[in-house]
Amino acid sequence: MLALVSPALLVILLLIVLPVGWLAWQSIYHDGFTLENYRRVFTEDIYWRSFALTFEISLAVTLIALLLGYPVAYLANSLPKGWSILILALVVLPFWTSVLVRAYAWLALLQRSGVINQFLRYLDVISEPLALVHNTFGTVVATVHILLPFMVLPLYATMQKIPGDLMQAGASLGASPSLTFVRVFLPLSLPGVLAGCTMVFVLCLGFYITPELLGGGRTVMVSMLVSRNVELYNQFGAASAVAVVLLASVLAIFFVVSRFISLDRVLGQK
Amino acid sequence: MTMKQNFGLGCALLGAIGLSTAANAAEQITFVSQGGAYQQAQTVAILDPSAKKLGITINQDSIPDAWPAIKTQVGSGKPIWDVVDTPTGNCLRGGEQGLIEKLDFSKIPNGAAMPESYRSPYSVSYEFYSSVLAYSQKTFPKDAPNSWADFWDVKKFPGRRALRNHPFATLEAALMADGVAPDKLYPLDVDRAFKKLEEIKPHITVWWTSGAQSAQLLNDGEVDMEMAWNGRVSAVAKEGAKVAFTYNQGILQSTSLCILKGAPNLATAVKFINEAVDPVHQANLPLHIDYGPGNPKAFETNVIKPERAAQLPSEPSNAAKQALMSYAWWSSPAGEAAEKRWASFMQK
Repeated sequence: MLALVSPALLVILLLIVLPVGWLAWQSIYHDGFTLENYRRVFTEDIYWRSFALTFEISLAVTLIALLLGYPVAYLANSLPKGWSILILALVVLPFWTSVLVRAYAWLALLQRSGVINQFLRYLDVISEPLALVHNTFGTVVATVHILLPFMVLPLYATMQKIPGDLMQAGASLGASPSLTFVRVFLPLSLPGVLAGCTMVFVLCLGFYITPELLGGGRTVMVSMLVSRNVELYNQFGAASAVAVVLLASVLAIFFVVSRFISLDRVLGQK
Repeated sequence: MTMKQNFGLGCALLGAIGLSTAANAAEQITFVSQGGAYQQAQTVAILDPSAKKLGITINQDSIPDAWPAIKTQVGSGKPIWDVVDTPTGNCLRGGEQGLIEKLDFSKIPNGAAMPESYRSPYSVSYEFYSSVLAYSQKTFPKDAPNSWADFWDVKKFPGRRALRNHPFATLEAALMADGVAPDKLYPLDVDRAFKKLEEIKPHITVWWTSGAQSAQLLNDGEVDMEMAWNGRVSAVAKEGAKVAFTYNQGILQSTSLCILKGAPNLATAVKFINEAVDPVHQANLPLHIDYGPGNPKAFETNVIKPERAAQLPSEPSNAAKQALMSYAWWSSPAGEAAEKRWASFMQK
C-alpha cells in the first residue's frame, strides 16, 4: 500500500508541503528570527482593513450565491431528468471559461458604456450611466457568477439523496407542499447548504483577478495584498505572513465545519 | 533537501542541458525582457543585429515583472539569466542589495557617451516611455487638458478620471499640479504630494493596475482623462479611438539593461550591453514600436525621420517638456517609504 501511494506522497511533499513550509519560514526569518511581519499584519490598519473587507465580501458573495443557487438546485432536483441535465449543464458551462474572460465579460456588461447601462438609457430609465463596476458592487456580482457552481453542485448532490418518499409521506399526512418543504426537505438539505457555503466562502477569500479587474483599485482583498507586497513593496516576508494568516483562517474554517459535517462532503467526494 | 538547494539543483540541471545543446555556439547570453509586441520589436531592431555583429547567440526569455525572479535566481546562487531589460529602479535597488553586477563603463563606450542621468553604476538606459496626460477627444473636442493642474481642475474640465494605482509618476504629477516645476521635483515633497492627491481622490473613478487596463478604460469611454503610458494611448488612437495625449509635464521613465550578479556569461553580457545601446540599433527601435531610444545619440543617426521623432517621448524637444524620473530617489529610503505609504493612502 505504502509503495503504491508513495509517488503521490512525494508529489504532495514536493509541490505542497515544501513550498508552504518555505513560505512560512520566510515570514518569520529575515537575517534572524523575527515576528515583525506578523506584528504588522495584526496591528497595521491596511492589513486589518483588507481582511475585514475580504470577509465582508466573502460573506455577501456566499449569501447571494445561496439565495440564487438553492432554487436552481431545487429545480434541477425536482424536474424530470432531461430538464435537470439541462439546468446543470447551464450551471457548469461557464465553469469551463477562464476566470479572466468572465471578468472582462462583466466589464463589458457593467461599465459606463456597457450593455446594461446602454439598455437602461435606451429605455429612458436613467439619464446618467450607473456606477456598476470599478467598485465593490461589480466585484461581488462577478464573483457570485464565478462561484455559483460551487454552491449549486453540492446542494444538488445533497438533494438527490433526500428520499422522495418522505415528501409524499408528509403530503399524505395532510401537510401543504410549503410545510413539507420547511419541515422535511429544508432540514435534510442543510448539510448541502453548509458544504456549498463553506466552498464558496473559502474560495472567495482567496480571490484575486476579479477584484483586481472590477474593483477599480479600491477593493483591496487579501490576495491582492500578497501580490502587492511582492511586486510593489518588495517585501517577501510580509507577503508570506499575509498568506500564512489567510491559510490559517481557511484551515480554521475547515476545522469548525468538520465538527458539523464530514469534510469529504465539502470537498465533493461523497 | 531545502528549497534553495532544490532550486539550485534544478537550475544547474537546466544549465547543463543548455550547455550541451549549445556547445557549438562560441558565445551566448540569456536575455530577458517583458515579452509581447515590445520584445518582438526589440528582437528585430536590436537583438538580432547585435547577435549578428558580435557573433554570439542571444537566448531569450520573457517575464512581465522580472524583480521576484531576479531575487530568487541570484538568491539560489546559480542564476540562469545574464542580461535583464527591466524598469531602472529594479537595477538600482538590485545593485544595492547585491543582486546586480556593477558595470565597467570602460568596456561600454556607447553607454559611457550617454548623459550621466541616463545611467547608473549598475545599469544603462535602454528605452524610454512616458506617463502622460491622455484624454478623450470626444469629451474635450477643443480646450483639452494640457497640464496636471488641468487634470486636478474638476470644475473647468468635468469628467471621469483614472490614475495608476502606483506612486511612481503619480506623486510627481501631483506636485506638478501643485505648481512645482518639472526640473525641481526631487527630492519629492511626499507630504505635499499626498495632500494634493487627497484632493483629486474623490474624483478618480478607477485606479488602474495594468497598461492594458488603462488603454481599455480610455478606449471604452469609461474615463474621460487619465494618466497613461504614451505607447498605450497611441496604440488605442491607431485603432481609431478618439483619444490623444500631451507630452507637456509627462514623466519620462525608462527601462534599463543590467546584469545579474554571478551571471553565467558575464564577459559576453558586457559586450552585448555596449552593442545594445549603439545609436544605430537604438534608432531602429522606434521604427517598430512607440518607445523612444535610451541613447539620445540615436536621434543624430538620421535613421529616425523627423516626423517620427516628434512622436517619441525621448526626442530632445519632447524630453525638455517633461520631468525625468529619478530612480535614484525612488530607491532611496525616502522613496521606499513613499512607496509604502501608497498602500495606506489607497485604503483610506
